[in-house]
Amino acid sequence: MSLIDLEKSFQEKIDKEIKIEPKDWMPDAYRKTNIRQISQHAHSEIVGMLPEGNWISRAPSLKRKAILIAKVQDEAGHGLYLYSAAETLGISRDQMMNDLNSGKAKYSSIFNYPTLTWADMGAVGWLVDGAAILNQVMLCRTSYGPYARAMVRICKEESFHQRQGFETLLVLSKGTKEQREMCQDAINRWWWPSLMMFGPKDSESTNSDQSIKWKIKRKTNDELRQQFVNMIAEQIKLLGMTLPDPDLKWNEKRNQYDFGEINWEEFWNVVKGNGPCNKQRLAARNKAHDEGAWVRAAAIAYADKKKNKTTHKAA
Amino acid sequence: MNINIRKFYYGDIPEENNVTSLSQNSKTEKEWPLWEVFIRSKQGLDHKHAGSVHAADAQMAIENARDVYTRRQEGISIWVVESKHIHASNPEDADMFYEPASDKVYRHPTFYDLPDEIKHM
Ligand SMILES: [Fe+2]
Ligand SMILES: [Fe+2]
Repeated sequence: MSLIDLEKSFQEKIDKEIKIEPKDWMPDAYRKTNIRQISQHAHSEIVGMLPEGNWISRAPSLKRKAILIAKVQDEAGHGLYLYSAAETLGISRDQMMNDLNSGKAKYSSIFNYPTLTWADMGAVGWLVDGAAILNQVMLCRTSYGPYARAMVRICKEESFHQRQGFETLLVLSKGTKEQREMCQDAINRWWWPSLMMFGPKDSESTNSDQSIKWKIKRKTNDELRQQFVNMIAEQIKLLGMTLPDPDLKWNEKRNQYDFGEINWEEFWNVVKGNGPCNKQRLAARNKAHDEGAWVRAAAIAYADKKKNKTTHKAA
Repeated sequence: MNINIRKFYYGDIPEENNVTSLSQNSKTEKEWPLWEVFIRSKQGLDHKHAGSVHAADAQMAIENARDVYTRRQEGISIWVVESKHIHASNPEDADMFYEPASDKVYRHPTFYDLPDEIKHM
């Protein structure tokens, strides 16, 4: 088959909602886009453990500590599901790790913001996981089979993340004056970065929507962001708190919430590596990787030794 | 500052030159092998492919698989097999390979027209 025929039958499969599997023919650009997107997604799960890991030793009760450990462990699992999905496309785990640690690979900018108080654990679960879930629910139907299956697994686990976050804030919102202030402060700091998680506005696009055509993505940034605002603007009422946006209001005509303009300069700055914690996050990743080197080497040496022993016996 | 805005989606930030390299990194550390994981979710059911893990040996692969794929009691038994030992049919040959079964409708019970009065068949 010629390349044009292959591309045509590939697109026909996509249009018929037939999933693409690892050994199937696919255009190079489809492979590359998926590798980039899945590995970035995996990196986000892995780096995402850092801001929350920061509070494990300082959680206010044993119950909260156990919950937080379970959540962070889930995020590690999410990273691993995704790395193995990316590996089916021909990139190695070590390559991805090196790209993350060298700063070559990107991850979601949201994790370059600091977690300053306990209330941030609530705000992160509710807003950051909440935003991620909308994206991930959409990705359960993405066209690349291994990615879609990883997403189904992840979505099953995410709902607890968001619920525990909201509940953490709910408890604070019913607490002392200081606790209520802490709750509002965390919401104020996490609201705008959460909206930025969805990426630039659709109108700033210069490329064609290849990802939509290939059904890697099924909704645009603005669609997902609007869905998020509609959801959160209602949920916050139950907390008796407010979102830090004077322009946020229900629009009868659109049947949606209107909201204010995002600070795009801040957004691009953080993407480019100048966020409050970019350097700290990468340093933490590198430290963990480097300090684990002897463990990885020792495990290989031990496995080789055992292998040699058994072949000896057999001989 | 000259910012060149390109379309990208949440979780998909394009690289500066829009190239994803597949080349092996120069920093060479021996990678732990890859293992495919199969999980029996409950007694009486088949093991089903769950995903894969990296591990130095089989024992570690089973333990990693437990931590990665059964945090919520999703399994009661785990199989692991090194990925390099899996052999697969070729999707490009699928049409030809499975073709012999396509014209044998008589292998299905619905092929046979029987009187409605017949019971237990
Ligand atoms: Fe996650
Ligand atoms: Fe999560």
